[in-house]
Amino acid sequence: MERFRISGEPLDEGAIASGLSTTEDGAVVVFSGIVRARNKGRTVLHLEYEAYEAMVFPVFERVAEDVRERFGVERLRIHHRIGRVDIGEPSVLVAAAAPHRGDAFAAARHTMNEIKRIVPIWKREFFEGGDIWVEGPKEPVTA
Amino acid sequence: MTGSAAVTVLLFAAARDAAGRGRLEMPHRDGLTAAAVWESLVGEHSALAALAPSISVAVNHRFVPKDTALAAGDEVAFLPPVSGG
Repeated sequence: MERFRISGEPLDEGAIASGLSTTEDGAVVVFSGIVRARNKGRTVLHLEYEAYEAMVFPVFERVAEDVRERFGVERLRIHHRIGRVDIGEPSVLVAAAAPHRGDAFAAARHTMNEIKRIVPIWKREFFEGGDIWVEGPKEPVTA
Repeated sequence: MTGSAAVTVLLFAAARDAAGRGRLEMPHRDGLTAAAVWESLVGEHSALAALAPSISVAVNHRFVPKDTALAAGDEVAFLPPVSGG
């Protein structure tokens, strides 16, 4: 199982943590982000994700390095869908393994926060009545 | 100027929609900055202007300040606020 993946194919929630933990680890946390049917009062039909593919992996590496420095967590995987994702399907999976649960939870949470802040992926929401680019934090990233 | 003395410009998501294209080449000149490339794009595609305050800039796949100088052959990308996850 690759550490990092962006794929137009469905993500496998059952497989992302396969083989991730070592005998040193006491905790594995898996986060699944799934597409929900309602957003800000709109009835969502599906999402379409676009990525700056050549930059996604370098930024995933940056996030993993940050997680290693902050929490000492070295076993981390990030898988993200691109293209069309339907309601109920996972759009992103994060798996973190660590000796203790606090670090594994913190690593998964921080990874998701960083994905939403700096990973160059965008979602277009198709809802009843139209479609829009969803935009995250408006503050430009400069370093 | 040779054919290689250019920078590659990439636009994504709302910025690509506003410009009507996602990739172009621009001639390189000494002192060219990412900000100057952006201003040139806004001059051609006024719909980009409204996006300016929230655009991030990446050169060769790394986030940089807008005033970063570009070298010939660089890939400069203008990124609206990301929304993965």
